[in-house]
Amino acid sequence: MPRLIKQGQIVEDSWLAADPDATGPGAQQILSLDQWLAIDEKSGRAVMLEPGQAPAPLFEHLAQIPMIAVNFPVFTDGRGFSYARELRERGFQGELRACGSFIRDQLTYLQRCGFDAFQMADESQLNEALASLDDFSEYYQAAIDQPQPLFRRRA
Amino acid sequence: MYVYDQYDQTIVDQRVVQFRDQTERFLAGKLSEAEFLPLRLQNGLYVQRLAPMLRIAVPYGLLNSTQVRKLAEITRVFDKGYAHVSTRQNIQLNWPRLEDVPDILAELASVQMHAIQTSGNCIRNTTTDQYAGVATDELEDPRPYCEIIRQWSTLHPEFAFLPRKFKIAVCGTSQDRAAIRAHDIGVELVANESGNIGCRILAGGGLGRTPVIGSVVCEWLDRKHLLTYLEAILRVYNQNGRRDNKYKARIKILVKAMGIEAFRDAVEQEWAPIKDGPTTLTDEEIARAKSFFTEPPYAALDHAASQSALAAKTSDNPIFGNWVKRNTVEHRVDGYRIVNISLKATGFAPGDITDTQLELAADLADDFSFGEIRTTHQQNLVLADVQMDQLYPLWLRLQSAGLATPNLGYLTDMICCPGGDYCSLANAKSIPVAEAIQSRFDDLDYLYDLGPLELNISGCMNACGHHHIGHIGILGVDKKGQEFYQVCLGGSQSKDASIGKILGPSFGQEDMPDVIEKLLDTYVALREEDEIFLDTYRRVGIAPFKERVYAKAD
Repeated sequence: MPRLIKQGQIVEDSWLAADPDATGPGAQQILSLDQWLAIDEKSGRAVMLEPGQAPAPLFEHLAQIPMIAVNFPVFTDGRGFSYARELRERGFQGELRACGSFIRDQLTYLQRCGFDAFQMADESQLNEALASLDDFSEYYQAAIDQPQPLFRRRA
Repeated sequence: MYVYDQYDQTIVDQRVVQFRDQTERFLAGKLSEAEFLPLRLQNGLYVQRLAPMLRIAVPYGLLNSTQVRKLAEITRVFDKGYAHVSTRQNIQLNWPRLEDVPDILAELASVQMHAIQTSGNCIRNTTTDQYAGVATDELEDPRPYCEIIRQWSTLHPEFAFLPRKFKIAVCGTSQDRAAIRAHDIGVELVANESGNIGCRILAGGGLGRTPVIGSVVCEWLDRKHLLTYLEAILRVYNQNGRRDNKYKARIKILVKAMGIEAFRDAVEQEWAPIKDGPTTLTDEEIARAKSFFTEPPYAALDHAASQSALAAKTSDNPIFGNWVKRNTVEHRVDGYRIVNISLKATGFAPGDITDTQLELAADLADDFSFGEIRTTHQQNLVLADVQMDQLYPLWLRLQSAGLATPNLGYLTDMICCPGGDYCSLANAKSIPVAEAIQSRFDDLDYLYDLGPLELNISGCMNACGHHHIGHIGILGVDKKGQEFYQVCLGGSQSKDASIGKILGPSFGQEDMPDVIEKLLDTYVALREEDEIFLDTYRRVGIAPFKERVYAKAD
């Protein structure tokens, strides 16, 4: 079973990879945005956003969605960072998963933007990636992990 | 100036450790070239034609003497004994070794400096007026706001992988010396009808391949909203800016494509949920930022007496007098002047400074200007607070180091990127063109007669030399492997900002001094009274210049 980092632990994945071409995907399968938009019973279904698929259509269903994956086909395309923040700022409480080609050096930023699960293309990097979350102990800006900016916290 | 506390120091120190690890992994083959690329760029490290180039951040151009001495030491130990002042007020090293860069960054961190986000597709060093805090025409000191923006943008988690680089400039004067209209975001401190100071926000300005003057997004914004509003603009850009073509990826293209009205609506929509949130600035934070930019302990001086003493000295020594006239500027405080140190001596690459000159500059800052020194986007240095009666001893010491070239704002005080001699992006060399022009026009009386004239040279479309906004702009272009130079006229970086117009077909390198001479001759023949080059151009248009330059030889 594929492994990933979830809430600071390396765990096995309970979701099945998305298949945008599948007709009638199973309950444990991550849906593409089109598949998700097409189904009537959205409760309990996971959905994956690609770059260019802004999260606005999900906003009114956030309480029903257990997991949203954001794909990074190339690690230099940073749209997903904003998607994550927008989802969390609108109250999404479920799992927010980064997947695709992001690199371990981006993990801190991804986590700060609200991702709590990281599925890396190369699973052998999971341990090092987990360690990189400790690169910084302090930040200037408010973000999802620390809603108060440093200027409101300076001693 | 701003002083780090334990938080700032921790962030910078941890960044050094992180980059050391990234460099080691790259050198060990564990991080690919493509993966290392944005990581090193966000630490200011380019891989260039001959060696890596390291761009060191000088936040809004402010340095203290300790930092300048450290820079001198770094150029000596890790480089070839000189550095380059860039058009974004940063300091560049042209010859560091990749393996040494983590050590260089650690040295910088020891004096509260870094190279964070001096390159890459992220928010870059915020720039401002080189006369901030001492200018006579200033409404409000922009530096506290620059520092607030610096902290907010440093390692911002959401905006590190933007479609393209992102530059912010702030100004607080009626005369814009920070070229805010040529920036991705320009912030102008302005008073509203009731006299409260807020921010006018411009977006979508930029140079490069498609030069654009920025548009006003918000006419007056309460300054407490500055960061949330910037965040909203960046969010619109991060999600909607083009990523398919790097030449169309800057925010100026997005603003043009959407139209300023629709862009403003999108910003307001992104802003609504974060407005008044925790990132809203507090009065305490604005006061804290301001507390670092208070007045130094100026002496109480009699202005008239200082002036007459200086006048006596300058009439005794006309060479000194000329330098005072050309390179010093009126100061807000009685008995003081602002001193510009020109880094545009003929025979030296514009903006270059040696290790010993850096050390001298540090000493002069300590002896004459409260220990502070500034870099300018015109690639010069500034000692902001010099007593008039100290100008003469200061000048003597500058002169002995070759730093008293009295050409500020004249033709030979040109802006010039490192060009094809150093930069791997460049299509053509720029330094030899600058040097050839400087050599041709080395008669100071002629330069003064020409009056204020901005000549800007870029070695490629990326426009680091700001050629579009020079009164005369020169752009290096590549034609079938050969270097040519395109000339444009009529650009301006001031409040009346304009983009220069292309003169016509490009020229070979050896022709450039002649071309410039013909342009200047045309101007001299057509000018009325005290008209400067730009005004003559605006009055008569491009045609007479074109005719003269492209006229067939008899």
